[in-house]
Amino acid sequence: MKFGVVVFPGSNCDDDAYHAIASVIKQPVEFIWHQSEQLAGFDAILLPGGFAFGDYLRTGAIARFSPVMKAVSRFARSGGLVLGVCNGFQILLEAGLLPGAMLRNQRLRFLCRQVHVRVENAETPFTCAARPGQILKMPIAHMEGNYFCDAATLAELERNRQIVFRYVHADGRAAGVDDFEANPNGALAAIAGLCNRERNVVGLMPHPERAVEAALGSTDGLVIFRSMVESLTRAESKAKAAPAVERVPA
Amino acid sequence: MIETEIKVTPQVAAEHGLTPDEYARIQKILGRDPNITELGIFSVMWSEHCSYKSSRVHLKKLPTRGPHVVQGPGENAGVVDIGDGLVAVFKIESHNHPSFVEPFQGAATGVGGILRDIFTMGARPIAVLDSLRFGPIEPGPAAGNATDEEIARNRRILDGVIRGIGFYGNCFGVPTVGGEVIFEPCYSNNPLVNALALGIARREELFFAKASGVGNPVIYVGAKTGRDGIHGASLLASAEFSEESQQKRPNVQVGDPFMEKLLLEACLEAMRTGAVVAIQDMGAAGLTSSSSEMASRGGLGIEIDLARVPQRETNMTAYDIMLSESQERMLLVAERGREGEVFDVFHKWGLDAVEVGRVTDDGKLRVLIHGRVAAEIPAHALAEEGPRYERPIAAPAAAAAAAADARPLKFAPEGADLTGNFRRLLASPDIASKEWITEQYDSMVRTNTRVGPGAGDAAVLRLKETKRALAIKTDGNGRWGQLAPRLGAMHAVAEAARNVACTGARPIAATNCLNFGNPEKPEVMWQFTEAIEGIAEACRVLDTPITGGNVSFYNETLGKPIYPTPILGVLGLLEDAECAVDSAFKSEGDAIVLLDGGSAGATNTGAFGSSQYAKEIQGVVAGAPPAIDLGAEKRLIECLVKLASAKAIASAHDVSDGGLAVTLAESCFHSNGFSADVDASAAAARGEAAEIALFGERGARVVVSLPGASLARLEAIATECGVHATRIGTVSRGEFRIQYNGAAVVRGPMDLFRRTWTGSLEKAVEATA
Repeated sequence: MKFGVVVFPGSNCDDDAYHAIASVIKQPVEFIWHQSEQLAGFDAILLPGGFAFGDYLRTGAIARFSPVMKAVSRFARSGGLVLGVCNGFQILLEAGLLPGAMLRNQRLRFLCRQVHVRVENAETPFTCAARPGQILKMPIAHMEGNYFCDAATLAELERNRQIVFRYVHADGRAAGVDDFEANPNGALAAIAGLCNRERNVVGLMPHPERAVEAALGSTDGLVIFRSMVESLTRAESKAKAAPAVERVPA
Repeated sequence: MIETEIKVTPQVAAEHGLTPDEYARIQKILGRDPNITELGIFSVMWSEHCSYKSSRVHLKKLPTRGPHVVQGPGENAGVVDIGDGLVAVFKIESHNHPSFVEPFQGAATGVGGILRDIFTMGARPIAVLDSLRFGPIEPGPAAGNATDEEIARNRRILDGVIRGIGFYGNCFGVPTVGGEVIFEPCYSNNPLVNALALGIARREELFFAKASGVGNPVIYVGAKTGRDGIHGASLLASAEFSEESQQKRPNVQVGDPFMEKLLLEACLEAMRTGAVVAIQDMGAAGLTSSSSEMASRGGLGIEIDLARVPQRETNMTAYDIMLSESQERMLLVAERGREGEVFDVFHKWGLDAVEVGRVTDDGKLRVLIHGRVAAEIPAHALAEEGPRYERPIAAPAAAAAAAADARPLKFAPEGADLTGNFRRLLASPDIASKEWITEQYDSMVRTNTRVGPGAGDAAVLRLKETKRALAIKTDGNGRWGQLAPRLGAMHAVAEAARNVACTGARPIAATNCLNFGNPEKPEVMWQFTEAIEGIAEACRVLDTPITGGNVSFYNETLGKPIYPTPILGVLGLLEDAECAVDSAFKSEGDAIVLLDGGSAGATNTGAFGSSQYAKEIQGVVAGAPPAIDLGAEKRLIECLVKLASAKAIASAHDVSDGGLAVTLAESCFHSNGFSADVDASAAAARGEAAEIALFGERGARVVVSLPGASLARLEAIATECGVHATRIGTVSRGEFRIQYNGAAVVRGPMDLFRRTWTGSLEKAVEATA
């Protein structure tokens, strides 16, 4: 099992993601430079937070053209696990791997704070170790986390259970209208994280890699990494049992 | 070239801010008249900002050596040994005038500049703190006679500065973990923006800005050069403000944090190749200071050809290129024959890297443009032999009068309810929660922030490479500086050190940013020399040598100087990150104890006029700051370090702005819904007025909380350290209550106080004037 952390010029949570995977989850992990088109040998790809290409033009708008994104799309199409955190989520939206777009936070200010999200779908490879409805405390740190999509897309997201995480109050109460205490950036339907229809691509605004050590305030992000490890382990043992099962091509 | 057509006369020299004597000195060094490019180069290098001409003779009084110090003042930043082969690299610097002229870019480039100072030494920045001073943002007794227009402008400046700091640090990827924000009328037209950056490196991988190896290539890396920031150092930072200062906006640089992030990664990667000999960032005075200082430190010369310098504007003259303060640029010296390795790294990151010159043995800074010599100046004379002034010093008569003005403050009758005044204090911008500001900064990136903004008395950063952690804090009380510069400066050192010790860390070194008025005024020079002596004494006693920093003079507008405001940044070392202590109460029933390094109960009634309470509630700024007892501070620091390493305390928070009452409230606010039930009588002097007991700001005091079972251990450690420990109350779940001499003088629901404290700043800033 090997994780890859993509490094775009301007990524700044790449080291943190690497640390969480290598030192806390203790799984093999390597950095992948954005010019690389080669993802052979990786089982999960993480697009980290930061300001890829300075967030110029629009968050993620330039990063989606990096050579590595072609490879990431291929990887995703063939069933590989792709996790986009914060800027990584924004890049997945721009690349069309997830639907919708990010607007500036409703109050037009950068916000860094602990938030609470509820696991809305515990049947994805990123949440399978979580209880349905489990409340996770993780920090956000962004200027553009106000998720938006049109009504038809939202209906489809709901129907396909693609909304994986929703901002809620600490006690699990749903966020109300303009309830900035729970939904600090004003995201549509309090959406904090999404998956694609196939469930193998997830993007979320909170930073699970910042919530893996008690000393730093929360360990709730661990469940996301553990879910990934669990589902990859299952896939590996299945592959061993039935070698005919298709491996992820690079 | 147009520049050659401008003939240099004493008049042109004066327009460059050079005095007749300084001009004569230039003629003597060159043995001829300078041309316009040379004049421009001298004028920036000999500006107050770059040359420290008014301060240098006094700065020598500061202690700069100690067991941890690897590099003291004189390099890009100070360096201290923190064990396990690691060093901490840190420095604080001002960006005051640019932040007034253009708050967003001024503050942003202030952060960018100090970050470059850190990574130019081979260290990766791990934290930024900002010490900010603004004019009043709401009317009231503390706002003096600030007009509505002033208040509205102050809000805009605050908003721009906050956004600028966030813009730069968030994108660069360094956590902004602390600092302070204080409001006084004197900063209305001259805000202070002091940024401190801290980095980590392996000791053997440090880099210095000292050229060596004749013939080695000089390489320009990073952003292209434009006309922005020309004369930033000499015109903006080294002169007072007048009404025309707003027109200096083109002199403010424009920051690009993305470019700086690439520069950081590329520089650190290039340094790892082993092909880099020396490196210095282009900050104030850009290409001029980086080239001449690297040459001067190495006792060598540097020749550069400006035609090769990457430029983003056309028809730039030698004068423009040498004086540009375009951001995100570095100059480095590489080993001849290995420059290809350096180029490869920078090109990987998409950055310009161009050989623009070479190291020479003639000791000269020689500037060529299109094959013609545009400037030729002895580098050492330029960098090190600038003017030094022993400016006249005179204690202002007004200072003595202010000190004697122990204006009788009106005290409430015994047993009176002080809850209303307490709430006003909690709502005042100086004391109100700064969360609205700190939330706009990424305080967690790099996942080392163990104690973040507001959560403890200092920020604590764990070091992934070791079990150790670093604590860091800035402090400085301008009001106290105004009332008594020496005492105020001593308090700044003591408070920063005490705050660091509250986290359990031992203070090991300091950096300072000295913000003062016009040094040509004898009374300002008096304030300056007094402050230096205060800092020197306090740093000596508390074992926190000064490793670097910055002097910012000319903080005046229309002839009115700011309060003398030395800001001290103190760095502490925590042997075990697991022992870090924050300021939040932890459990119901825990004992609340006041630790007092001085003689318990001793007070200074005359000092109450200098307190936050006097300023906010009575509109009075008078008398002298509380007397200081450095021995008491030292005992208290020792005690706090021991308590933390013995894991004997659950929280620690020092008594400072707003006194004991505010300290107790803050330990509740930061907690998980706890309150406090306290009797302040035991820790007060006999007959002391309730207001002094609750809101007095005498130093050397810290409130700690701990389980009852640990009380005996606390008492043993306190006694061993010579510190008084007085139990004053209990952590509760009920209402917040402070009793004094049998009466509940402050009481109310915790939620009410919390709301008062939390929402006030945002309300004040977002109010439309």
